[in-house]
Amino acid sequence: MKTEKLSFKRRTRIDYFVNYLLFFSVVIAFITLASLIIDIFSDGWKWFDWQFFNSYPSRKPELAGIKAAFYGTIWVMSITALLSIPIGISTALYLEMFADDSKFNKFIKVNISNLAGVPSIIYGIIGMAIFVEFFQMGRVILAGALTMTLLILPIIIIASQEAIKQVPSYYMDAALALGATKWQAVVKVILPQSIPGMVSGFILAMSRAIGESAPMIAISALVYITFLPEGPLDRFTVMPIQIYNWISQPQDDFRGIAAAGIILLLIMLLSLNSLAIFLRDYFQRRN
Amino acid sequence: MDYTEFTKARRFRERFAINILRSIAMISILTTIAILFFLFYETFNFFTNEMEDGGFVKPWEFLFGTKWTPLFKPQSFGILPLVAGTLLVTIIAVIVALILGLSISVFLSEYAPENIRRIIKPILEVLAGIPTVVYGYFALTFVTPIIMNIVGSFGGNIIIFNALSAGLVMGLMITPMVSTISEDALISVPQSLRDASYAMGAKKFQTAFRVVVPAALSGISASVILGISRAIGETMIVTIAAGSTPNFTFNPLESIQAMTAFIVQISLGEAPHGSLEYNTIFAVGLLLFMMTLSLNIFGKWLVSKYSENY
Repeated sequence: MKTEKLSFKRRTRIDYFVNYLLFFSVVIAFITLASLIIDIFSDGWKWFDWQFFNSYPSRKPELAGIKAAFYGTIWVMSITALLSIPIGISTALYLEMFADDSKFNKFIKVNISNLAGVPSIIYGIIGMAIFVEFFQMGRVILAGALTMTLLILPIIIIASQEAIKQVPSYYMDAALALGATKWQAVVKVILPQSIPGMVSGFILAMSRAIGESAPMIAISALVYITFLPEGPLDRFTVMPIQIYNWISQPQDDFRGIAAAGIILLLIMLLSLNSLAIFLRDYFQRRN
Repeated sequence: MDYTEFTKARRFRERFAINILRSIAMISILTTIAILFFLFYETFNFFTNEMEDGGFVKPWEFLFGTKWTPLFKPQSFGILPLVAGTLLVTIIAVIVALILGLSISVFLSEYAPENIRRIIKPILEVLAGIPTVVYGYFALTFVTPIIMNIVGSFGGNIIIFNALSAGLVMGLMITPMVSTISEDALISVPQSLRDASYAMGAKKFQTAFRVVVPAALSGISASVILGISRAIGETMIVTIAAGSTPNFTFNPLESIQAMTAFIVQISLGEAPHGSLEYNTIFAVGLLLFMMTLSLNIFGKWLVSKYSENY
């Protein structure tokens, strides 16, 4: 390429052209997102009503609903949050505040970032091997929640570590100078200061978990559930599995039902993400 | 209790608490051990479990065989058709993500004014946050009919479940990831290099593509490698849109089965513990794990390399 010989005018024109060409790729991404949303709403909107929300799955499209899957998702997510948030915060506090630079601690850090890259279906089959088979739990909510905990722990730990790093180091210095022990400084000063940053990380991790289908399929398999789970040892299904189930039905009407399920899923994710953004802005303004 | 005894007791309690935190941090190590143990253990069972005809699967037949028929007789366990299916979809996805993701990242870091950046970034975040089952639905109900119309109008043959549709949509799925990591690499190129280029009389496109992009090349390659790893491990798009016919082909218009899609297929049927099918998903899983792990390690090494340079 001999651009050196191109005239200034010509190069200015190329520059304009490249600018618009690059912008065009942004437009493609935008158009795709728009057509995805339009596709789903045009297929699913007419099925998205109270009857759909309040019914169990059925072989007849007009009677099918997402109630069991919705409750299954709520159950799995609540237990996952209850388990993964305390474990995530503790691990992050240890790694950022108490761990020295020993080889072992470095290994833990590298290990966590590698765990974050393991495909979710692998977590699914490992969860099946450990919780369903080895601990003999069966294909129940608790096994699903434990698997999901393993899956999102690396994300939660990394987000919490980032939040802890954001706290200025003079907070620690000031607390120590006032005679606090390191433990007191961490628990009473650093932790409260970093919680706002952690919260949006938790919400984003949970919204990732709500949309995960593959590991839940490995745990719960394809079940036909027409009851509401009453405890963590009941069998269950979650929304993404139910949606996948409807997509793979041959009748066209079930595609519409699947789209209605996707609308509900997207609404839940959107509200979670808005909540995360709102909390982030709220805490930023308060500080 | 006098003061020294009080501090002694407190110090003991605090050391105890820190030790509890340390043992909680060990959960991540236990997870890794469990993943490795069960993958290797069940893969070992896979090679020592009898097939229906009484023979055993040999490791080299598994790795280099070109016939994958675990569910009907005569059983054959050559994994290459699944690997080819995964690679085919991944290649299509990476071509899409490289073109789109690289253009978007150059546009964001070199061309876009701040107010346009502020509109584009959330769009990318939304794209990155869409569940893969939704992308699968989009591939099957929107992209596949379009491709079928186009191919049909040229008189070509195409099946509803095809690698092309899954690959294109998967490319869109990994585009935000590729563009975000590439953009970080581009932004970390020092301003002085750009200034020097402009001072020599270069225009923006020359500066961007002949100075900034080459300087950020290791970061950009890292984004592509991490994108490949993500595409290999992705499950729902290939399960929904690419089919479930193990097919040793590189024709994107044919129906294939990816490694992850096979695992889902067996999982859906609740394979009984200890059966050969049950072991098979772990053998496939182990290979999948090895592929993604090595790509991730290589990608992260590249990222750390460019952050060292400047």
